[in-house]
Amino acid sequence: MVEVNLWLGLRTFTGGKDKVEIDAKNIGELLKGLADAYPALSPIIEAGVSVAVDGRLIFNDLTEPIYPESEIYLLQQLKGG
Amino acid sequence: MSENDVKTNGFKVVGTRPNRPDGTDKVTGRAKFGADMAAPGMLHAAIVRSPHAHAKIIKIDTSKAEALADVKAVMTRADFADGLTGGDWDVLENIMAGEKTLYDGHAVAAVAATSPLAARDAAKLIDVTYEVLPHVTDVDKAMVTDAPIIRAGTADASVPEGLHPNVVRYHESGHGDVEQGFADADLIIEDSFKTEATHQGYIEPHACLAQMGNDGRAELWCCTQGHFNVQKICAKVTGTDASQIRVTASEIGGGFGGKTAVFIEPVALILSRKSNRPVKLVMSRAEVFRATGPTASTSMDIKIGMTKTGKITAGQGVFRLQGGAFPGAPSDLTAMCAFAPYALENVHQVGYDVMSNRPKQAAYRAPGSPMAAFAVESVIDELCNKLGLDPIEVRLMNASKQGTKASFGPKFDRIGLVETLEAAKSHAHYAAPLGEGEGRGISCGFWFNHGGETAVSLALSEDGTAALSVGTPDIGGSRASMCQMAAEELGIPYDKIRTTIADTATLGYNEVSHGSRVTYASGLATIKAARDAVDKLCGRAAAKWGIDRDAVFWEDGCAKPSGPNAGDFDPIPLAQLTARMGATGGPIVGHFEATPEGAGVSFATHIVDAKVDKETGQTSVVRYTVVQDAGKAIHPSYVEGQFQGGAAQGIGWALNEEYIYGEDGRLQNSNFLDYRIPVASDLPMIDTVIVEVPNPGHPYGVRGVGETSICPPLAAIANAVSGAAGVRLTQLPMSPPRILEALDQQASG
Repeated sequence: MVEVNLWLGLRTFTGGKDKVEIDAKNIGELLKGLADAYPALSPIIEAGVSVAVDGRLIFNDLTEPIYPESEIYLLQQLKGG
Repeated sequence: MSENDVKTNGFKVVGTRPNRPDGTDKVTGRAKFGADMAAPGMLHAAIVRSPHAHAKIIKIDTSKAEALADVKAVMTRADFADGLTGGDWDVLENIMAGEKTLYDGHAVAAVAATSPLAARDAAKLIDVTYEVLPHVTDVDKAMVTDAPIIRAGTADASVPEGLHPNVVRYHESGHGDVEQGFADADLIIEDSFKTEATHQGYIEPHACLAQMGNDGRAELWCCTQGHFNVQKICAKVTGTDASQIRVTASEIGGGFGGKTAVFIEPVALILSRKSNRPVKLVMSRAEVFRATGPTASTSMDIKIGMTKTGKITAGQGVFRLQGGAFPGAPSDLTAMCAFAPYALENVHQVGYDVMSNRPKQAAYRAPGSPMAAFAVESVIDELCNKLGLDPIEVRLMNASKQGTKASFGPKFDRIGLVETLEAAKSHAHYAAPLGEGEGRGISCGFWFNHGGETAVSLALSEDGTAALSVGTPDIGGSRASMCQMAAEELGIPYDKIRTTIADTATLGYNEVSHGSRVTYASGLATIKAARDAVDKLCGRAAAKWGIDRDAVFWEDGCAKPSGPNAGDFDPIPLAQLTARMGATGGPIVGHFEATPEGAGVSFATHIVDAKVDKETGQTSVVRYTVVQDAGKAIHPSYVEGQFQGGAAQGIGWALNEEYIYGEDGRLQNSNFLDYRIPVASDLPMIDTVIVEVPNPGHPYGVRGVGETSICPPLAAIANAVSGAAGVRLTQLPMSPPRILEALDQQASG
């Protein structure tokens, strides 16, 4: 299990929680696990999110591995100009 | 990649300043920009645009235009693919209106004719019947209860109940207890700020040449920051297979984020398909202003608490961004960047993405961050003034460092904010005395940077030179830095490598040149592709010597045996290996295809001196210094140019530039006479200091540099102007009338 920190605006979809636990070994599993556990998050995830793993900002790669001790933050989709 | 894998010294080519490979082409006029392309039998297109900010399209009568002999094709929204949904539908709706026009300048029809004049004349004959609807163009007015609704049902699930339908996305983030933080403060300042929409101001208008047959096969040449994205969007909105549309990016006369979007290319393709002729489409300057994407305008509320010694105890921000008639204003990024430079125990930020009857906002260098910095750094400046504290010392005391919990959540990896502040503090500019009527402003700025899908190919030639193909349009000198990185790895001279921006049929998908990603991601890919080629070269040498591949290494452009046990062989230069590659295994090509995810965030600190004429309200920027962490400057001149460019655009944004809408919702200043960007005579020499704190995610430590440089200027200039004027300026641009108004209000108490 990994602990996922959510941005505060998502508490509406998780019963008020801004930290949830998901069984996942990479980012793809993490996002699927979040959507399965909290279906109301699905449209937000499908619209695009980024993930920070131990401070590294992951924009696209669903294969990025994560570990139980990883510090994980779900972030809104990052893009530039 | 760990930090130990990052090469930080011993460079031979990286860090030098060779001539730019595109320089001769550009100064002799040989370079081909978007509008320079031509084809036999080519038609010219013109677009009919809405004169109304918000209107229902009752009828489009194209019969008069179609009756003209010079007219070869006319099109409306009905000629595009149908069935698109979500973001794809938004893109199409912005390219050409369906049932409603949503802003002044929204495209409603197009025509292709035998000359530009014939096309423009024909466009005037297309008769559109509108039912004009109420409109709104201001972000605060768009949120009030009785504001006209741009498009009902657009809001996503993030928006709390009770907000106006024009609020389409909501962001909330932070940590700690801000109320406790404010209770712990000795001084709290709360203020509101506004910024106007500004255009990227690229000199080259959007332009393309399209050729598409009824079989769906197409060739498209265009100026863009991302031709693979153009291909993808054109395929969707024309109902064509992506692989049948080959897109070639022209040279680009500026983009700054504004050419990440697609506006005209699908129109030219469809007109070509209908006429069976090549079609050229070039926007006028007025069209660029009215119908492409400026940045969002903002309305922001900031509250910050500080102790007497300068410790920030809490920060709170509300950021309302007007993003035009579609979702997508970067309110989330604005909120996330706002307090990122500072290690805060208590921080809370809220962002609203608000629709209005304006063109869809587009990215503009670090989208959202400069506005946030303007608001937050202005309040920090005011706190320093009132508490009698040094603005750099206060920022140093609160600065984010490696391991700091960022205001947007995760802990920072290795970052260089403190180093930029220390460099600014020790710079001669900071100690220089101010002149009469001058003020000095300081600001920090932050940007995320980006990686993204990337593919490159490096082909070696028989003569020992190399052809590098990348898929990211060169918007800031990337061909030079790619050649340098390839030369560093291969051990051959810089000028023995040519970098080409390959078309969409040549490489795998490459994400748009955005997010300051090119020197990072395409650079990383170039290094990896060169190492792939070197591995193959070493293999050929090993085979020649009859030893294991692992017993060969590459140094100074030669394959060498790795030690006495490998055997006593003379080094073989690259050119000797490539001269016989056809007979030793075939062509040698290095590849790299991946989605690099190690783009390091970056910070900058700017120092500005400004002089204000209190009689006229005119501001002069008299001295400017940019200090920024580049990670590693591959070509320092280009890095300095990015720093200076960000500052120059920031000066325009801060002092002059704004979209001005009339009561009728129409843009009033759609040309460079009335929308005034800075020219050389408006600018001081912009000094630069490159700080190099290596990014652990790049083989040479590179961080993106293209965007962070525009994050601090609005605030730094506002702080300087406020100091010079003796009154806090809270709205951009700080044009003479606004400065005089602020002075009048101050005088009247």
